[in-house]
Amino acid sequence: MEKKRVKINNVSLLIAVVLLVVMYIAGANIYERFGSVSTILNLFNDNAYLIVVSVGMTFVLLTGGIDISVASTLAFSGVFSAFLLEKGWSAGVVIPLVLLIGAFVGYMQGYVIHTFDIAPFLVTLAGQFLMRGMCAVISTVSIPINNGFYKAVALGKISFTLKSGGRPKLYYYVLVAVFVVLAAWYVLKYTRFGRAVYAVGSNEQSAQYMGLNVKLVKIGVYAINGFCAALGGVLFSFYTLAGYSLQNMGLELDAISSAVIGGTLLTGGVGTVIGSLVGVLIQGIIQTIVTYQNLNTWWTKVTFAGILCFFILVQKMAAVRAEKQKEA
Amino acid sequence: MNKLKSRMEFRPLVSLIIILLVCGIFSGGSFFEISVVEGHLYGRLIDILRNGSRYMILAIGMSMVLATGGTDISVGSVMAISGALACSIVDQRILAMLHGNVFAAVGIALLAGALCGAWNGFLVAKLKVQPIVATMILMTAGRGIAQLIADGKIVTITSDSYYYISGGYVLGLPFPLFIAAFMLIFAVLITKKTAFGLAVESIGVNADSARLSGIKVERNLWMIYIFCGVCAAIAGLIESAGIKGADCNNCGLMIEMDGILAVAIGGTSLSGGRFSLIASIIGALVVQTITTMILAFGVAPEVIRVFKALIVIVICLAQSPAFVAKLKNAFGKKKVVA
Repeated sequence: MEKKRVKINNVSLLIAVVLLVVMYIAGANIYERFGSVSTILNLFNDNAYLIVVSVGMTFVLLTGGIDISVASTLAFSGVFSAFLLEKGWSAGVVIPLVLLIGAFVGYMQGYVIHTFDIAPFLVTLAGQFLMRGMCAVISTVSIPINNGFYKAVALGKISFTLKSGGRPKLYYYVLVAVFVVLAAWYVLKYTRFGRAVYAVGSNEQSAQYMGLNVKLVKIGVYAINGFCAALGGVLFSFYTLAGYSLQNMGLELDAISSAVIGGTLLTGGVGTVIGSLVGVLIQGIIQTIVTYQNLNTWWTKVTFAGILCFFILVQKMAAVRAEKQKEA
Repeated sequence: MNKLKSRMEFRPLVSLIIILLVCGIFSGGSFFEISVVEGHLYGRLIDILRNGSRYMILAIGMSMVLATGGTDISVGSVMAISGALACSIVDQRILAMLHGNVFAAVGIALLAGALCGAWNGFLVAKLKVQPIVATMILMTAGRGIAQLIADGKIVTITSDSYYYISGGYVLGLPFPLFIAAFMLIFAVLITKKTAFGLAVESIGVNADSARLSGIKVERNLWMIYIFCGVCAAIAGLIESAGIKGADCNNCGLMIEMDGILAVAIGGTSLSGGRFSLIASIIGALVVQTITTMILAFGVAPEVIRVFKALIVIVICLAQSPAFVAKLKNAFGKKKVVA
């Protein structure tokens, strides 16, 4: 059984990778400047925050939960840090503080979900309202960030000079996102906690009987997710150099769908952070193509939803086949 | 008294009355003032009824979906689609051969809502995708589709007969209220006078046993999601008629959460099972009253979310047996469960 479920995941991830490569090659053939290194690096530059949020979301989805509060947490950490920076606080205090708040909010949600056995969807819905409301309490208008450190990080980049011309660049804050992906990958694959996440997602009851600390896992994943959302908020404020209470409405769905496209099953137990990364990149590449084609930006959403639908069908078919094989 | 207490409508009704009283006291009575201007009733209470009709209609559809143990988070996007379609037709941007006929526009918008619902139903009932994921697809795509229908613009219209959907009066009362009443009566008749209501509840309690006892789960789920889609389309029409145009970016944004909240206040278990349409309607009124109250007291509209968050938390905790047990332990009292 375990082997077959992993197979489902691999098929889905494989299709996602193939799709990503195909879209890139197709784009490179159609549009003149698409096939450059810049395009690839910009995928990371523009989506660093989403990568981080998707990684956190993957943890939660792996346990079979869901968290729809991440976009609000992200917005809150953006607005709150902009607010504090405006008050003259130093970046060295503000960043750890908002990260801590994010993790705490996640922890509280996880605590309520686990202790009182309430549907994660509802608890995080409350979290979503609360954090979005808190943003508005702080400020309903966009607060610009003029902090020296933020500006330096926002503009700091590694530039390459290619022989073929063109100067692709990679912003420093992308390295944070890459680090988060690698760290999450390591944690999920090689640590006791990571394996317990998969075990709880596959079957909570048997995980309990095995003597795993289900409580720690279930609360821990939400705390990690909250932390990642806050970190995403910090990265996003590097990207925009402002904090706005209504930013990134609906981002939670982008994060969830990225994970699904990357092969994470929403029933829990199956998925990888690398898959989620691929999901984010697919989303980014659709956006790039839509921009090149000069279409209404809403085509991004429509196309992405179509692809999401396709992947859900693929997973469904694979699951049905696995079920049949089991019966046979 | 106990019989009254055990009804699902009791608790939401009490909370509605309490909130109304609080509003009345804080506003020094002006909250309850109703005046008659040109034969129409005006006042905050009337506003609540008019603006709340969207929530009421959504809550009717949403209660049934939630009662089956599902969720529909695409209603906001469906509202945007129906508003964009109807306004574009009335403005003769699309389907010009209809000459901006309002009835045709409304009909097509409702049909589109039914189609959206059918799509959700297809995913949930036929392909057995989890409802939240299935409806998430339409939630993401729907707003995009609405944008494409409206060509990325805010469609403004001038049509008195279309405005009537939101601004009209019948017998001195706002027209949307009658739409809500009609939907409620229709839904109550269907669920109480036929076996449909029982089917909905049994699917929510246990879909497998419902199937084994001969209920056509698939067909019923389709119908429920289609009905929810139509409800959302109607709400979209009211909203677009209210702002005299279709704004696809903001029409019904996050309203699915309010719809779910209204049903939750009404006491319908969000994991499926017992439901009451009347209680959901009261829940919708509670949501609208809180919104109106906060606006009336001059608080920034965005801050409403904090209040809503607190309400969701309280309701969730009150519905959780684990929490209630803990609370009882903490106070050392052991109530006899009737």
